[in-house]
Amino acid sequence: MEAEYSGEIMTLNLGPQHPSTHGVLRLELKTDGEIVADAVPHIGYLHRCFEKHAESIDYAGVVPYTDRMDYCAAMNMEMGYVLTVEKLMGIQVNNRVRCIRIIMAELDRIASHLIAAGTYGNDIGSVTPYLWCFRDREAILDLFEETCGARLLYNYNWIGGLMADIKPGFEKKLIEFLDYFEPQVDNLNRLLSDNYIFIQRTAKVGIMSPEVAISYGVTGPNLRGSGVKFDVRKDEPYLGYQDIDFEIQVGKGEHGPVGSCWDRYMVRIREVKECCKIIRQVVAQLTPGDVRESIPKRIKPPVGEIYMRTECPRGELGYYIVSDGGLKPYRLKVKSPCFTVMSAFREVSRGAMIADIIAILGSFDIVLGEIDR
Amino acid sequence: MTPGEIAALLTEKFGSRVLESKPDAINPWSAVEPSAILEIAQFVRGDARLSMDHLELLGGVDYRDRIEVVYILFSMTQRHRYTLKCRLPREAPTIHTVESVWGVANWHEREAYDMFGIIFEGHSDLRRILCPDDWEGYPLRKDYKFPTSYRDMPV
Repeated sequence: MEAEYSGEIMTLNLGPQHPSTHGVLRLELKTDGEIVADAVPHIGYLHRCFEKHAESIDYAGVVPYTDRMDYCAAMNMEMGYVLTVEKLMGIQVNNRVRCIRIIMAELDRIASHLIAAGTYGNDIGSVTPYLWCFRDREAILDLFEETCGARLLYNYNWIGGLMADIKPGFEKKLIEFLDYFEPQVDNLNRLLSDNYIFIQRTAKVGIMSPEVAISYGVTGPNLRGSGVKFDVRKDEPYLGYQDIDFEIQVGKGEHGPVGSCWDRYMVRIREVKECCKIIRQVVAQLTPGDVRESIPKRIKPPVGEIYMRTECPRGELGYYIVSDGGLKPYRLKVKSPCFTVMSAFREVSRGAMIADIIAILGSFDIVLGEIDR
Repeated sequence: MTPGEIAALLTEKFGSRVLESKPDAINPWSAVEPSAILEIAQFVRGDARLSMDHLELLGGVDYRDRIEVVYILFSMTQRHRYTLKCRLPREAPTIHTVESVWGVANWHEREAYDMFGIIFEGHSDLRRILCPDDWEGYPLRKDYKFPTSYRDMPV
């Protein structure tokens, strides 16, 4: 967007207490009238020293802490961690554990994308989609609650297995939910995605080119929104995702340049449908088995280091673990997808209008718990 | 390219400035001379065979006798990953910034400065990022002493 900065520069604080910042984020806007000359994000308000804590608790004890990073997608957070430790220790899990993990991760991806879409509509000024999305998300949380007793922070994936098996009749409820939910996505498209006002507000703002996205380490739906076809589930598979039939959704720029806010939003909506496809295939692969059979008595990985990443709803979540052969991680570093996408915010938002800052921020779908850790 | 080929290419190009390589580890890595990091970063980013355009992670590790900076790199076009490490003295860990090569390094380096006190020379905006600006000490160092109060507030 072209802009002329002629007048007086005024500093405007957005946040940390602001409903559109999706948490405690402060944006320091340098504004020239309605145009933003520079937007400096200030983070750290939710810093809870996760990496420092992890050095003083045993490997299994870290799992509940990972839940609290991205609290909208806790299943994916803990799954990334347990897969990393399992790879370091060389633990193989049986097919039942594998299938249940995929089902839970994809359900959580749907729930997380529903929050993203609903709150994004709310940011732009549309209230109804928010209620619709949260209504459908409730059904997913009910399924989680039935399985592990928790609705938000699960501690369900354990190193070597799962906390509990799914309850009898879970598969039936799951398929019923999918049958109900898939048409709802089309309803949401009619209500929000194809809405004229919504497209006008989002389709030509916040353009992120693929070069900027890759240089700033942007991952997940935000990267795919810029037209880069990259998904860890297909390109660096784990849990046997390579054998599952689903499409990697990318931004196509139907209503404007590729890499706009609308593209990023739409990638998530299309991914929700792919999640349903994945779950249907994996439910058919479920075999009987003991979900706790591979849980080690003592979790003591060998000396060494490992980096592994998984595809979370918000992008690639990487864990870098250094083990000194003890019972606690010597060093645990998290590569947070929201952290990297926020580092690109300054680049993407320069020259935008103040109202568009909210649209750009919402389209990034950040969770501050994960940025600040 | 396989990790072995990447390690061989780096050794061929930079000779003794590549200090040690472990291409067969679970996470294959090479330790390089800290003073050469910018040159090596530009090479692995620009060379068509490597084209490591994606800096996945940059972080510090405190090994009690030294501080290591870890660069985990990935190539979106070649689809391979490799790790570079720089070993710095604990007393004055200083290394050149790589933010001109990967934009995301700006924030990652600020975090490493915040947590380990690593000084990135030439960085455009080296401030604390997660802790408050007037915080004392570097929390992820192994000998960090937890403060008992912050601005007269008991912690």
